[in-house]
Amino acid sequence: MTLVKAINNALDIKLEDNKDVVIYGEDVGYEGGVFRVTQGLQKKYGAERVFDSPLAESGIVGTAVGMAVAGMKPVVEMQFSGFAYPGFNHMISHVSRMRNRSRGKYTSSMVIRMPYGGGIKALEHHSESMEAIYGHIPGLKVVIPSTPHDAKGLLISAIESEDPVIYMEPKRIYRAVKQEVSDDKFNVEIGRANVVQQGKDITVVSYGAMMRDTQKALAMAKKAGMSVELIDLRTIYPLDVETIASSIKKTGRVLTVHEGPTSFGVASEINSLALEEAFLHLEAPPKRVTGFDTIFPLPQGEHHYMPSPEKIYYEIEKTVKF
Amino acid sequence: MFKEYDPLKNKLFSVMDKDGTITNEKWMPEISDEQSLQAYKDMMFARKADLMTVSYQRQGRIYTYPPNYGQEAIAGGIAQVLRDDDWVVPAYRELGVWLAKGATLKEVFLYFMGYEDGSKFENAKHLLPVSVPIASQLLHATGIGYEIKYHKKDEVVYTFVGDGGTSEGDFHEALNFASVWKVPVVFIIQNNQYAISFNVKNQTSSQNLAVKSVAYGLKSIQVDGNDFFAMTKVAQEASKLAREKQEPVLVEALTYRKGAHTTSDDPSKYRTKEEEQEWEEKDPMKRMKGYLQAKDLWDDKQEEELDGQYKKEVERQFEEAENYGEYPLEDVFQYHYAEMPDVLKKQMYAHQKYLKWKEGQ
Repeated sequence: MTLVKAINNALDIKLEDNKDVVIYGEDVGYEGGVFRVTQGLQKKYGAERVFDSPLAESGIVGTAVGMAVAGMKPVVEMQFSGFAYPGFNHMISHVSRMRNRSRGKYTSSMVIRMPYGGGIKALEHHSESMEAIYGHIPGLKVVIPSTPHDAKGLLISAIESEDPVIYMEPKRIYRAVKQEVSDDKFNVEIGRANVVQQGKDITVVSYGAMMRDTQKALAMAKKAGMSVELIDLRTIYPLDVETIASSIKKTGRVLTVHEGPTSFGVASEINSLALEEAFLHLEAPPKRVTGFDTIFPLPQGEHHYMPSPEKIYYEIEKTVKF
Repeated sequence: MFKEYDPLKNKLFSVMDKDGTITNEKWMPEISDEQSLQAYKDMMFARKADLMTVSYQRQGRIYTYPPNYGQEAIAGGIAQVLRDDDWVVPAYRELGVWLAKGATLKEVFLYFMGYEDGSKFENAKHLLPVSVPIASQLLHATGIGYEIKYHKKDEVVYTFVGDGGTSEGDFHEALNFASVWKVPVVFIIQNNQYAISFNVKNQTSSQNLAVKSVAYGLKSIQVDGNDFFAMTKVAQEASKLAREKQEPVLVEALTYRKGAHTTSDDPSKYRTKEEEQEWEEKDPMKRMKGYLQAKDLWDDKQEEELDGQYKKEVERQFEEAENYGEYPLEDVFQYHYAEMPDVLKKQMYAHQKYLKWKEGQ
C-alpha cells in the first residue's frame, strides 16, 4: 500500500463506521482530490458526506468548527499547506480554543489534512514545511506520518480523537514508499514517537518525508562504523518527551532533521529538550540539520535548500566525532 | 415582504413610527398584547443590566464591556421566534439574545469579570460563547446549519455580526457557503452605524448592507432595528424560510449604538451631539413604550416599580458573580485537550512548585 492508499483506506474505514464523519474541501469530492487521496469515496458514501466545497479555506475550516460544535466529525482538506493560511485564523482563533473557551461544553474536534513539503519541483507556495507554527498553537495536536502504516493508524486515531488534529501529509513520498499494511482498522497512538532503529552513538530524530533521506544517511553512517538510534517523531505536538529524552540519555548525542526553517523549529524544541532533560549526558552540542531561514526556492534552487542524505551524514559524523 | 422590500429598492422596512404609532398595518406581526408587554419588560431588563454593567465597569468592578444600549429591539424581535433547540451564534453585543436563550446575567458578569466559566451557559441550550474575531462566527453558524440539514433536524441558527463585519472576507464566505449548501441560517447584521469609530458610510459603497446578499442568491431585507414590531415580523418571516425551506436569510437591522464601542472607547471624539439627538428620538424603548401606553397596557408608575425590581435583581446576580472566588491554576490548563498531555502537566507542576517556594518565602 502507498501512503496515498493508506490515507484513503483510513478515511474509508472511518466513513464506514461513523455516520458523523464528513469529508470536504477543494476538489476532494468528484475528482477525489488533486493527489487522488479521496478517490472513490464520494461514489461510495454520497455527496452529502464527501463533497467539493466552494474555494475558500477560511470557509472550509470555519464551517467545520460549526459542524464539530454541533457534534459532527469533519475531516477537511487544505489542498496544499501553503494555501491553508486563509483558514489559519479559524485554526488559531477557534478550532484550538473552543473547548477551553466553553470550559468543555463545546469542542471543535476535527481533522485538518494538508499535504506539505518540498522536493517536488513545484510552483511557489507548494513546498513549505510549516509544522512548527501549528505546534506553537495551544489546543491543537499535530501529526506527520512517514510510512503508509503510520499514515493509516495515525489518521484513524486523529479522526477518533476528541481533540482537533492537524494531519500533515508528506506529499513527496505519497507514492514513493510501499509497505504491507493491513486492511483492518488499527490505531497508531498520537503523542508516541517510534524508535525505528536502536543504536548507541547518536540519536537522530526526524519525521515525514525527511525520514527517507535520513535513512539513506544512516546507511552511510553504518558503513562508517557508527551506531545510530533513529526516532521517527510521528507527532509534532504533543512531543513524546520521554522517548526522545531516554534515547538521548543513552547515546549522549542528538541530531534532528527536518525541512522547515531552522529558527524556532521542531529541531530547536528537541535541542531544548536535550538540554533540559539530558544535560549531564551530553557528549556533543545538540545539532539541527534543517531547511534554511529562507523562502523556499523555486525548482532550480530547491537542491540547495533540502537537506540531502550526504549533508545529514556529514553532520552526523561531525557530531559523533565532536 | 422580501419582494416588497427588496434591498435593491433601498427601502427600509418599518411598522411603527417614532412615537409608537403603527403606520404599516399590512406587515404588523401577529402578536398578543401580553407578548408585546413581556417583550418590553425583557428589553427593559436587558437595558437596565447593560447600563448597570457600564457603571460597574466605571467603579472598577468589571473589565472591558461592550454596551448594548440602544440596540435592544433587535434581540427583542429575535427572542419572539427563538426556540429551545435553535442555535444562537453570537459576536459579543447580543445581551438580550443571550438572556432570551437562557444565559444568566451572572454568567455574563463572570465572563466580563474574566472567568471563562461565564461562557458555560449552563441552562442555555445551543448558545455559543462570545466570538471576538470579527465575522468569523458566521462560518461557524453555517457549519451548524449543515449539521441541522444533515441530520434533518427542526432547528434554525441565528447568528450576529456588526456593520463593520460585512467588510470581512468571512462574512462573504459565510453567505456564499450558506447559499450553496442551502442551510437554515438567519444572518443578522446589527448595523449600529459604527465599527468602533468608523462610520458605516465609509465602510462600504453599497447602497445598504442587505444588498450584499444579492450576489450570493440569498433573500434579505433592511429593517428598522429600533422598531420591535418590524424586527419581530422579519424574525418570523426569516425563521420560516430557514425552518421550512432550508433557506438562509440576511437581515440588516438599522440601529444606533447609543453607548461606546466598549468601556475603553469615547464616542464624543468621532460623532456629534446632533447625530446622537437624532437617534435619541428613534430609541427603541421609547417607541415601544409609546405603543403600550397608547393601548393602556403600561404606565410610568408600573415602569418605575419594575425598574426598581430589576435593579435589585441585577445587583443580586452581580454580587453572586463578584463572590465567585479564585481562578484555580488547574483551570488555566485543563480545558485545552480531552486529556492533559504530559508536556502541559509538566509545565503546570513546575509552576506549582514555584508557587510553593514563593509561599515559603
